[in-house]
Amino acid sequence: MPVLSANHAVINALSILPTFSETLTNVLFMVLGAVIITGLAALLALVSVYLERKVSAHMQDRLGPMEVNTEIPILKNIGHGWAQTLADAFKLLLKEDIVPAAADKKLHLLAPFIVFAATLAAFAVLPFGRNLIPSDLNVGVFYLIAISSFVVVGIILAGWASNNKWSLLGAMRSAAQIVSFEIPASVSVLVVIMAVGSLNLGEIVEFQEGGIHRWLIWRFFPFNLLAFFIFFVASLAELNRAPFDLPEAESEIIAGFHTEYSGMKFAMFFLAEYANMFLVGVIISTLFLGGWSSPFGSFLNSAPFQVFWVFVKSFAIIFVHMWLRWTLPRVRVDQLMYTSWKVLTPFAFVSMLGVGLWMILIQ
Amino acid sequence: MQDIMFYMFAALTIASAGVMVFSRSVIYSAVGLLFTFFGVAGIYVLLAADFVAVAQVMIYVGGILVLLLFGVMLSQRVTGVNMRTETLQTVPAAIVAVGVLFILFRVISKTEWLVKAKTTFEPTTAKLGTLLMTDYLIPFEIVSVLLLGALIGAAFIARKG
Amino acid sequence: MLYNFATILVFLVFGCLFVGVNLLLSRLLQTRNPFPMKVSTYECGELPEGDSWIQFNIRFYVIALIFLIFEVEIVFLFPWAVVFKHLGTFAFVEMMIFIAILLVGLAYVWVKGDLEWDKPKQVPAQGLLP
Repeated sequence: MPVLSANHAVINALSILPTFSETLTNVLFMVLGAVIITGLAALLALVSVYLERKVSAHMQDRLGPMEVNTEIPILKNIGHGWAQTLADAFKLLLKEDIVPAAADKKLHLLAPFIVFAATLAAFAVLPFGRNLIPSDLNVGVFYLIAISSFVVVGIILAGWASNNKWSLLGAMRSAAQIVSFEIPASVSVLVVIMAVGSLNLGEIVEFQEGGIHRWLIWRFFPFNLLAFFIFFVASLAELNRAPFDLPEAESEIIAGFHTEYSGMKFAMFFLAEYANMFLVGVIISTLFLGGWSSPFGSFLNSAPFQVFWVFVKSFAIIFVHMWLRWTLPRVRVDQLMYTSWKVLTPFAFVSMLGVGLWMILIQ
Repeated sequence: MQDIMFYMFAALTIASAGVMVFSRSVIYSAVGLLFTFFGVAGIYVLLAADFVAVAQVMIYVGGILVLLLFGVMLSQRVTGVNMRTETLQTVPAAIVAVGVLFILFRVISKTEWLVKAKTTFEPTTAKLGTLLMTDYLIPFEIVSVLLLGALIGAAFIARKG
Repeated sequence: MLYNFATILVFLVFGCLFVGVNLLLSRLLQTRNPFPMKVSTYECGELPEGDSWIQFNIRFYVIALIFLIFEVEIVFLFPWAVVFKHLGTFAFVEMMIFIAILLVGLAYVWVKGDLEWDKPKQVPAQGLLP
């Protein structure tokens, strides 16, 4: 008898093996994806910071960073201060991390973790190509809206823990602003969902495949275009970017919620902010501009080009964000709330009503 | 694997709920609550309720927790990070808590739960939408009236205060 | 589906690891020399005046309340939007009733002025006007 049961145990163990190795491969893929995306997010943030400085400089008829370079032969010829943000990153790494004596040390440390981890977690569902979606979640869009709420809490914690007037003011402004603009942004996302009938980001892109005319921005003209504009404006506000950069209005409240942050902790907030910018670029291009799909139908629509299109579209959006920053003056807080609740929200519902009626009457 | 995950999330939920209840600082309670909500969302995922899990994060972390934090900032007699809460009315609170626990326990043990042979992981959103529009239409429309009442009532009280 | 959520968990863990490793690295590389002046609360170079706590405007709270109600509404809208294509007119009418009732709420807070924020007073510059 004992021999038999021992045999059973072996057989049981063997039957578990294949599923176990499958689990292991899956876990390996997850970890690999996470490593790649973490690196990508950090790299993109660095590139975006450099671009921001260059774009703003050229818009103001300056040159921006020009000096920082290396001695490595090929890279040396790029010039244009391409290594500037890299040097900045290393500088921040060596900087002293000053924690104010009056601050709440634990929460001061916790806040950058929450903000950065939540930002990175949002990257998990972004479609970079047909089979290049780290996590092909069937509630993808909904998840993106939900995960951003962690960032709000992280920002409030950072402001509170710093125990500084400017930090707390900036954090409260930031939170109120993100929260206010989430309503019109969500409703304009709903307009897209209604047309596609899925929350999966991959399916939303597949719905738009086949050329520029299939992009959701042109559908149900002008209702989807309206939704696109609403989402774009709301995304500017949620990123705290000009003309909605009240939470970081230097002349009023220094640097907003990260006034008391220095060194690497500050760098984490900075990185999360620019990673978020890219994130919003990808979201907008996925929802309205066809995501990975080529504007020329099946032409140039192979896997490497799909990644290319995602990047081109996202950086185009980011460029417009930067352009607006150096074009528009900052709005006042009453104008901000007016824009969100009395302009964007009603018009978002109008856009939804329009698309709904269109789909019922015409299809 | 799923069992291990379940116990991890359950431990996280209970531990952070403990932090939330026993912390003397309101802001630490809020942080505890953040992790409690996260843990509960994890348990929902393990129950194959993908939509509910994400909705839970969206409403509780994005809505209720932010509202709570705003409320904390608004309240009087709070000074910087040294904010403290005190335990008052221990005896009545204990009686109420034990009573609620008793009722919950009764309900959980008496209810005849629908038992599924095996949890299947499939998208739930479309099913939820269809059910809301057909079987649960009346409750769904009543929810809107409830929300309207909540909005008007809250705005009214806030204006008075 | 479970794997998709597990991936997100892995991403969250990696996000924390990334921050942790960077902070640790920075901690090892940096020179630390805190002294009372340096670790005092920043206030434009002045000594900090009073508490950082300010009685915030009640409007922040009202905004968060209104947001919460609308967020709950939007959570209901998502499953509807997914099946809207298949359900057609009847579902559309039902949802429009739902939204209309909630827009009454928006209209209420709008009319009652809960969405108004303090505007700067328009003071005409002296000497410029007759």
